[in-house]
Amino acid sequence: MTENPNDLDQPEERVPRRVIGTPPPRGDDSVLGTRPATDEPIVYEGAKFPDPVTARRGERVAALLFLVSFIAAVAFIVSYVAFQVGTIDRTQVSNLALGASLTVALLSLAAGVVVWVRQIMPKYSLVQERHPMSSPREVREEVEKTFLQGADESGFVRHKLLRRTLLLAAAPLGLLPLVLLKDLGPLPGTSLRHTVWKKGRRLLVEGTSQPIRAADFNSPGGILSIVPDGYENNLNALAKATLILIKFRPEDLKPGTKLNWTYDSIVAYSKICTHVGCPAALYEQTTHHILCPCHQSTFDAADGAKVIFGPAARPLPQLPIGVDGEGYLIAQSDFDVPVGPSFWERGDAEAEARGQA
Amino acid sequence: MSLDGPPKAIAGPANFIDERIGAGTFLKRNLRKVFPDHWSFLLGEIALYSFIILLLTGTFLTFWFKPSMAEVAYNGSYGPLVGVHMSQAYESSLHISFDVRGGLLMRQIHHWAALLFVAGMMVHMLRVFFTGAYRKPRELNWIIGVLLLTLALVEGLTGYSLPDDLLSGAGLRITEGVAISLPLVGTYLTYFLFGGEYPGEDVISRFYSLHILLIPGILLALISAHLILMWVQKHTQMPGKGRTESNVVGAPFYPSFMAKSGAYFLFTFGVVALLGTFAQINPIWLFGPYTPADISAGSQPDFYMGFLEGSLRIMPAWEINFLGHTLPLSVLIPALLPMGIIMTGLALYPFAEQWITGDRREHHLADRPRNNPHRTSIGLAAITFYGILWLLGANDVISSKFHISLYTTSEVGRVVIFAGPAIAYYITYRMCIGLQRKDLETVVHGVESGVIKRLPNGEYIEVHVPPAEDLLALMQGKKSIPAIEAASDGEGVPPKGMRNPLGRIRARLSEAYSADTDAISLDGGDGHHNGHDGHEAPHAAVGAGGDEAKSIGH
Repeated sequence: MTENPNDLDQPEERVPRRVIGTPPPRGDDSVLGTRPATDEPIVYEGAKFPDPVTARRGERVAALLFLVSFIAAVAFIVSYVAFQVGTIDRTQVSNLALGASLTVALLSLAAGVVVWVRQIMPKYSLVQERHPMSSPREVREEVEKTFLQGADESGFVRHKLLRRTLLLAAAPLGLLPLVLLKDLGPLPGTSLRHTVWKKGRRLLVEGTSQPIRAADFNSPGGILSIVPDGYENNLNALAKATLILIKFRPEDLKPGTKLNWTYDSIVAYSKICTHVGCPAALYEQTTHHILCPCHQSTFDAADGAKVIFGPAARPLPQLPIGVDGEGYLIAQSDFDVPVGPSFWERGDAEAEARGQA
Repeated sequence: MSLDGPPKAIAGPANFIDERIGAGTFLKRNLRKVFPDHWSFLLGEIALYSFIILLLTGTFLTFWFKPSMAEVAYNGSYGPLVGVHMSQAYESSLHISFDVRGGLLMRQIHHWAALLFVAGMMVHMLRVFFTGAYRKPRELNWIIGVLLLTLALVEGLTGYSLPDDLLSGAGLRITEGVAISLPLVGTYLTYFLFGGEYPGEDVISRFYSLHILLIPGILLALISAHLILMWVQKHTQMPGKGRTESNVVGAPFYPSFMAKSGAYFLFTFGVVALLGTFAQINPIWLFGPYTPADISAGSQPDFYMGFLEGSLRIMPAWEINFLGHTLPLSVLIPALLPMGIIMTGLALYPFAEQWITGDRREHHLADRPRNNPHRTSIGLAAITFYGILWLLGANDVISSKFHISLYTTSEVGRVVIFAGPAIAYYITYRMCIGLQRKDLETVVHGVESGVIKRLPNGEYIEVHVPPAEDLLALMQGKKSIPAIEAASDGEGVPPKGMRNPLGRIRARLSEAYSADTDAISLDGGDGHHNGHDGHEAPHAAVGAGGDEAKSIGH
């Protein structure tokens, strides 16, 4: 809000009332003689000009700010040429020089314009009338008449066959774009129910892609992030097949864990959270809790990864593992239930799996 | 010195254009169009200018960004990632950040401007809501605004997914998890979006065309419509001296408003440039390339998506299996319900209010929030609802910073999300009434003058003086909230339309919505129907105001 926007009364006298702290208006008795005519404030309806002293000071301040802006803009161009990129440090210097000069150029230009508006332009209190949004009654009536006349002339109402076939023709047109979208992707089929794990596929450590000998993974409480052999860099495969591998003390394992799917108290669970699919990557060794950092679903790794807190509704599926002839950990089969977030066609896959077993 | 006539450089083209499209008539009507002045009327402009900045910086980014998920080995200036395999999208984002002069600056300005765009829309929307500026005839513009906000969220989501870094991938994964949970169509939708299984190789390029073409195009069209409607309907104004429902008081578009808007654009740009220079945002090089196997703790989306994250976090693990199908309520409810409540509630509010109050008049004078206590309370309850969800979207950060158990934050959240809005509603309502009473006190008794006077009987009082005219006009601009006629006639028969259950609900809502509105009358303090004792002695000390309290009837 400007200082006094409610003041609609235009002062009777042309010169604005004197504000405390500003010099008094110069009269005819001024030692400098009469003021030049151009300094005489112009008065328009609803516009109250600032006094000339303020305006002149405003002009100087605005001009200074515009100059600063000009210099900063030149500095921007100079910085662009002077500071090259190519290393992190040089990028940082370039970024600072360009950003700072751009900021100064923009802000001082903005400040200059504000000084211009506030100290040179008048304070306004213009009044304009509003009119109701709706059109006058006669206009409405005439439009209605025209509409009816046009409808009549077009014959759209009288010719039923024309109207109905036209509507019929229009109906499927809206569908065409939707039909065209079909090739955006394949249908899901049963792909969500399978991962790349199968009997004999080795478990590799994520990052190093090295197979793991069960005998080497022997510190209880240890955890590894696992990717399937042959798919270490295949993101589609990893989005479903990534595992966490945890070594337990045998006495720590609880009945929820399928013991015959473990090897030497090493348990493999899907790393993909059953809530919305983030990697459940955090593990607390003392409590055996697996925590998904996205929405804090918490699973008890010692007890079949059952949910103990959070929005996930199902345990992390367990993968049956064993060792091959060389002692490396391998999968015994694929997961028996779909991994990752729930979906409409999933159903109670856990119950089905139990039924088959 | 003033101009005698328009300079040739302007007169020439102006003449050319007028002879071809007759622009003179338009300019005659509009050059001096009056814009009312109030600081809160500038909030929407922040969003508008942010959008322009987004278009400018975004275009710059497209010159180098490659929306491809093809795998490449990084070989750029950022040492720690040299040799790492990544998508071309991520590689080109790194290239923009480190190997294009001004690239990092533009990227950061773009991101900050995006945050400011949504934030500006939100505060603008709150201003419009709390002042009742959405009322007839502006409902259409309100709905356009709600659409703009919704689209801006989608635009933000598609935008921050593009760099394909580990953080953006986490957001994408959650998006997929939500999409696939939809009943019936979820899996198909997901496969169509991602071109098959997640993450596939298509989603970045698809999001790219949505982000730089389709959604900005719609945004641009809607923003234009928004501005045209504002122009045609003229801006609302705050109540005050000389301001009525049938006029606009303020500054002319040319030259004052024009210059101010230009300066405001530059300010917005300057502030975003300042942030883009000194406040690091989304340092994608620290996150590394996306892989579905990894995530970093404390992953947060941009602020405007935080409320969805929070609602997902506090949801209990509900899931229904029936007839071989799964309904993952623990995803569906938090992902759709809060957003649905907020957006639908916003879109319907003007019409709901009209239905409840029966008020079909045009409104051009803004309400002061205190003068419509129920609306203000509903607004504050909604803000509380949103704010709690937003805070819970960072409950892991809260938990670690304040050493509160993580699960406690969620459990408290489950209660507070229902209790919080209710408490906010009650407190706001009482505050509105309190502020109205304070206005009444000012209108009736004046303002404190700072002069202490000793009466002959030894009593000290502070002399009150009448309030300034503009202040008085602002306070007396209070309008009473209409209610529908629902009272039974002499024979106990309610009016037509009020007899069915819906009508009875409407009558009850209407009564509640307009309750208290006339209890505190500010229209000149002429006694109205309360009969305040203080009228005869406006300069006397103000008592406890017990009589007003009684008149509220609570």
